[in-house]
Amino acid sequence: MSTKRSPFLTIWRWAIMLIVSVYLLTPLAAMLDFSTKIGRGKRGLYAWKAIFQQPDLISSIGVSLELAILVVLAVLLVVVPTVVWVHLKLPKLRRPLELICLLPLAFPAIVLVVGVSHTYNWISIHLSESPLTLTAIYLVLTLPYSYRSVAAALNSVDVHTLSEAARTLGASTGRVLFGIVMPTIRAGVMSAAVISIALVLGEYTIASLLNFQTMQVEINLVGQQDASIAVAVSLAALIFVFVLLVIIPTSTKRTKVLEPIES
Amino acid sequence: MTSSVQEKGTGSALRGAGPLRWRRHSAYLGVLPFGILVLVFLVWPTYSVVTGAFQNSHGSFELHTVKAVFTDPGHITAFKNSIEISAITALVGAILGSLFAWAVATGKPDGLLRRTTLSASGVLAQFGGVMLTFAFLATFGFNGFVTTFLASQFPNSFLAHPDWLYGFLGLCVVYTFFQIPLMFLVFLPAIDNLKPQWREASSNLGGTTLEYWRRIGIPVLIPSFLGSALLLFANSFSAYATAASLISQGSIITPLEISTAMSSETGVANASTAKALGLGMVIVVGVVMTLYTLMRRRVSKWEQ
Amino acid sequence: MSKKRLLISSIACAALGAGLLVAAPAADAKSTSVWAHARSAKAGGGLKKLAAACKKEGQMNIIADPHDWANYGEIIKGFAKKYHVKMNEANPNGSSQDEINAANQLRGTTRAPDAFDLGSAVAYANMNTYAAYKVSEWKNIPAAFKEPHGFLTKDYGGFMAIGYDSSLGTISSLADLLKPAFKGKVALNGDPTKANAGLMGVFFASVANGGNINDVSTGVNYFKQLKDVGNFLNVDPTPASIASGQTPVVFDWDYNQAATVKELAAKGITWKVFIPNNVLVGAYYNQAININAPHPACARQWLEYLYSPAGQNAWLKGGSRPVLAEYMAKKGTINKAAYAALPKVVGTPQIPSLDQASKASTYLLANWAAAVGTR
Repeated sequence: MSTKRSPFLTIWRWAIMLIVSVYLLTPLAAMLDFSTKIGRGKRGLYAWKAIFQQPDLISSIGVSLELAILVVLAVLLVVVPTVVWVHLKLPKLRRPLELICLLPLAFPAIVLVVGVSHTYNWISIHLSESPLTLTAIYLVLTLPYSYRSVAAALNSVDVHTLSEAARTLGASTGRVLFGIVMPTIRAGVMSAAVISIALVLGEYTIASLLNFQTMQVEINLVGQQDASIAVAVSLAALIFVFVLLVIIPTSTKRTKVLEPIES
Repeated sequence: MTSSVQEKGTGSALRGAGPLRWRRHSAYLGVLPFGILVLVFLVWPTYSVVTGAFQNSHGSFELHTVKAVFTDPGHITAFKNSIEISAITALVGAILGSLFAWAVATGKPDGLLRRTTLSASGVLAQFGGVMLTFAFLATFGFNGFVTTFLASQFPNSFLAHPDWLYGFLGLCVVYTFFQIPLMFLVFLPAIDNLKPQWREASSNLGGTTLEYWRRIGIPVLIPSFLGSALLLFANSFSAYATAASLISQGSIITPLEISTAMSSETGVANASTAKALGLGMVIVVGVVMTLYTLMRRRVSKWEQ
Repeated sequence: MSKKRLLISSIACAALGAGLLVAAPAADAKSTSVWAHARSAKAGGGLKKLAAACKKEGQMNIIADPHDWANYGEIIKGFAKKYHVKMNEANPNGSSQDEINAANQLRGTTRAPDAFDLGSAVAYANMNTYAAYKVSEWKNIPAAFKEPHGFLTKDYGGFMAIGYDSSLGTISSLADLLKPAFKGKVALNGDPTKANAGLMGVFFASVANGGNINDVSTGVNYFKQLKDVGNFLNVDPTPASIASGQTPVVFDWDYNQAATVKELAAKGITWKVFIPNNVLVGAYYNQAININAPHPACARQWLEYLYSPAGQNAWLKGGSRPVLAEYMAKKGTINKAAYAALPKVVGTPQIPSLDQASKASTYLLANWAAAVGTR
C-alpha cells in the first residue's frame, strides 16, 4: 500500500498522529510530573516508593490481578466457545446473542449494580464472600468488547469451510473448536483478553458499591489522603497493563493451523 | 459416572428418528453455561431495575416515580446534558479515532507502531474514574502541568483558569480521552477489511488515492463509522466514575443524579427514583443500540 | 474433548448453575451469641463478659469512619489495641446512606457493618435497621441526645465553620469571600443534595447572610454569587486537596479543621477557622448498632468504648463536642486542654430539625445544580 502515497496524505497522516498523541500523552506526562513533585520545586521518588508501604493497596492490587486472570479464563472458556458455537451451529441465535452482548453497554454500571446487589448478597451468604466473585459480573461487563473482537475475527475467516474440512478429515467437535477454530481466530481472542484485563483493572463503580476492596477502590481511598501516591499507582497500573499487552502477541499474523492435519 | 449413564440413556431412548432431533436440540446445550450467566447477571438485574422503577417502597405498582422523573425539569436538564456530552464526545472521538486508525493502518501490518498503538489503546480505552480525573487535574487543574505553564506565560488565556474543567466542557474533554482509543480499537478492523483488490481496481482504472477514498473507501466505511460512533455514545452516556470524581457540586448529568438518589444522606435518597432514572438511561441507550444494530446489518453486507 | 463430553460438561455446568439458583441451603448466618439481643452490658452478663466476648470475636466491621474525621483514627486504633480486635474499615468516605445501603446489601454476611455513625435524616428514616442498646453511661447522657429505647444515641456534634489558609488574608464576614483574592478558591465539603456537611454549609450561609434555617434560598443565592464571580470551586475538599493547596478555603465542620490546623502548621501554613458571631449552625451525629451485626459483642463493646472517657476525649481532641462533655467536665474525667481548645463561639446554637432539613433538601434538589453546576 505504500507505493503511491501522495505527500499530502503523508503530511495528514503525521499531523493526525501528532494531534492524537499529544491529546493522549499530555495527561500521562502530567501524572509523571505530579507524582515526582515533592513540595515546592523539588523532585523525588517519594510517592513511588510509598506505594510499597501501603499494605491494603498491595493486597488490593493482588485481588485485581487475580480477578483479571479469572475473567480472562472465563472469557476463553465461556464467551469465546459460545460465540464460536453459535456461529457454527446455531446461526439463528446470532442476532439475539449480539444484542445480549451489547446490553451491558446500555446499562450504566451504577444501575446494573442496583440490579445485582441482591444476587451478590445471596452469593456472599451461601457461596463465598471473596472479592473474586466479582468475576461473574465483570465477565458480563466485558461482553460488548469480547463479543465484538471474536465475532469480527470469525467473520474474517471462513470458519465453516475450515471446520467442515476438519470434520471430513475425522476431527472431533472438541478438536475442531479448540484445535482449529480457536487458533484461527487467535487475534480476535487475544484482543478480547486484552480488553478484559484493562477493563477489570480499571473498574471502580461496581466494586465500590458492592463493598469490595479492589485496586481502583483503594486508589480512590489513597487519593483522598495523598494524591501523589494515588497518581503514582495509577500510572504504574497503566504502564503495567500496557507492557502486558505489548508482550501478549496481538498481531494479526495467523498461525499455520492446518499443519497438524496435513501431516 | 454420570456421563456413561447419560450416554446410554440418550442413545437408547432416541434411536431411530430421534437422533436428528436430539442433535438439533443438543446444539442449544452448548450455549447453556453462557445463558445461565447472562440470565443471572444481566437479564435478571435488568428486569429488576426496570420493574423497580414502577414500584413504590412497599413493592406495589405505581407510575408516580416514573412520571415525576420524566417531567421534572432538573432531571430533564440532566438527561439533556448527558445526551449532549455523549454526542459531542462520540463525534469528536469518532473523527479523531478513525483518522488515527487510518494513519496507523497505512503503516506496516506487523510494525511496532501498530502493536504499540493497539496495546496503548486497549489500556487507555478503559482508563477512567478517579485515575483519569487525577490525570486531568494534574494537567489542567490548579497547579496543573499545563495550567502552571500557561498562567506564567499567558495569564489571560482561557486555560490559565481551570474552572471549566469541573463542568460540562471538562467532562467533554476528559471523556474524549477514552473515546479516541475506543474508536481506534473498534474501527481499525473495518479499515483492515478494506479489500486491497478495490484499491488495485481503482488505480488500474487510473484513480488517484484521493479519488479512491472519496468514491470507495469512505462510502464503504461510513456505516461502520456511524455504528462505532453510536457505540461511543453509549460508552460515554453510561460512564459514571469519572464524572463522580471530577464534579463534586451540582449533579449535571444523569448518572450523577442516580448516585444522589442512591446514596444521598440528606433525606432525598430514593431507590425508585434511581431505578426510574436508570430506566430512562436504558431507553436512551436502547434507541441508540437499535440504530447501532441496523448499522451493523448494513456493514455485514460489505464484510461478506 | 469429544462432542458428548462437551455436552455433558455443559449439562454439569447447567446443573451447577441451577443448583446455585434453587437449592439454596437455608444457612443461618445470624449469630447465636447472647450479645446479639442484649440491650445493655448488664443484660448480657456485665462489661467483663462483653469484653471477653468481643476479644473472642476478634474483629469488627466499621463503615464510613474516616481517620481524619473528628479524630476517629485515634479511636479506631485505641479500640483495636485495647480489645485485640482487627478493624475492617469499609468505605471511609461513604455517606450515611451508603452505610445503610451496605447494611442492606451485606445483610447476613460476615462483612456487614457492625455499627453506624449516621446523620439524623438517614438515622431516623431507617429505625428498623438498628439493635437497641443502652451504654453504661446512658443515664448521664442528656435526654435530648438519645432515642428513648436506645436505638440511636447522639455521639458528637459541632458547628459549621470556614477554614482557610490565612496567607490569603483575614476573613471577618462571608462577604469577604466574594473578593477577587479568593478567585477559584472557595470549596464546600460535599454536594448539599448528597452530603450532610454540604447541606449544613448552605444552612450556615443562609443564617450568615441574614436568612434563617427555615429557608435555605438565601444560602443558595450566596453560593450562586460565589459561583458567578468565579470564586466557588467545584472540588470536593479532602485532606489531600487541602494539603496540596488546591482547596484553600473550605466550608466544613469545625471539628474537621483541627487536624488540618496541625498538619498544615508543620508545613509552615497557618490554617484559620472562622465562625461568625451568632451564626452557630450545628448538628449531632448518631451512633447505632446494626441489628444484623456479624460481631454483636464487639459492636456493643465499640459503643461502650465510644462513650467511655477514652472515646469521648478522642472526639474532643478532634475538635468535636462529645455528648458527655459537660458531665465529664463536672466529674473531672475530661481532657481539660482539649476542652479549652474548642473554638470560642458566640450566640445560640441553631440545629435544623428533621422537617427543616427535609424541606431544605427538597429545595436544593430542584435548585442546587442550576445555581452552581458548570454548564
